[in-house]
Amino acid sequence: MIDVVYFAWVRERIGLPREQIKTDAATVADLVAELCTREERYAAAFADITALRVAVDQELADFETPLAGVREVAFFPPMTGG
Amino acid sequence: MAVQLQTTAFDPGTVLTDFTAAQENAGAVVSFTGIVRNTDAGDLQAMEIEHYPAMTKTAIAAMIDTAKSRWALADAQVIHRHGRLVPGEVIMMVTTAARHRADAFAGAEFLMDYLKSRAPFWKKEITSNGAAWVEARDVDEQALARW
Repeated sequence: MIDVVYFAWVRERIGLPREQIKTDAATVADLVAELCTREERYAAAFADITALRVAVDQELADFETPLAGVREVAFFPPMTGG
Repeated sequence: MAVQLQTTAFDPGTVLTDFTAAQENAGAVVSFTGIVRNTDAGDLQAMEIEHYPAMTKTAIAAMIDTAKSRWALADAQVIHRHGRLVPGEVIMMVTTAARHRADAFAGAEFLMDYLKSRAPFWKKEITSNGAAWVEARDVDEQALARW
């Protein structure tokens, strides 16, 4: 099981802030592909992954990051701090 | 505390005074204060700032460590608010101290540039026309290249 968390408009499009996903996906990109086949709201949120950022276990990562041993994956738009 | 995240307001004057008073080996203190800017149309009712609680503090602490490794900083502090703010309210503050001003300025600018694009905050503007997420600006991303 992996905790998947969403922020900002990704959270709004998917309709929830966090969920547990049972998956055998090898990478973040594989997880995204798997989610997109589930329901239209995921496909809508992940339509353009170049517009998204990902963090793996609370560190910025890329979509090719392996998921072996990972506890938490977060998806969000580019950050707007400051 | 080098990194403070909070919903409550703070007084940047008090923060700067306390930070300055705590320095024993510095000759320069630089601070940057960010405030909620109104829209060009002047119709901003509120700004909602969301963040990633499990990640934000660690990410900012790592930025401070990097800044301290690159410049001779005696001290550095970041305060950042989240939640609902109104125009004119202070959002955040970066404060650095060094023996000489060049390090204090560079460290503060570096921290600001990284906070803009690498700290997990997202801003949403609420206006009379509805709500919209603030989009990241290319110029902020490009600003990282110089470091």
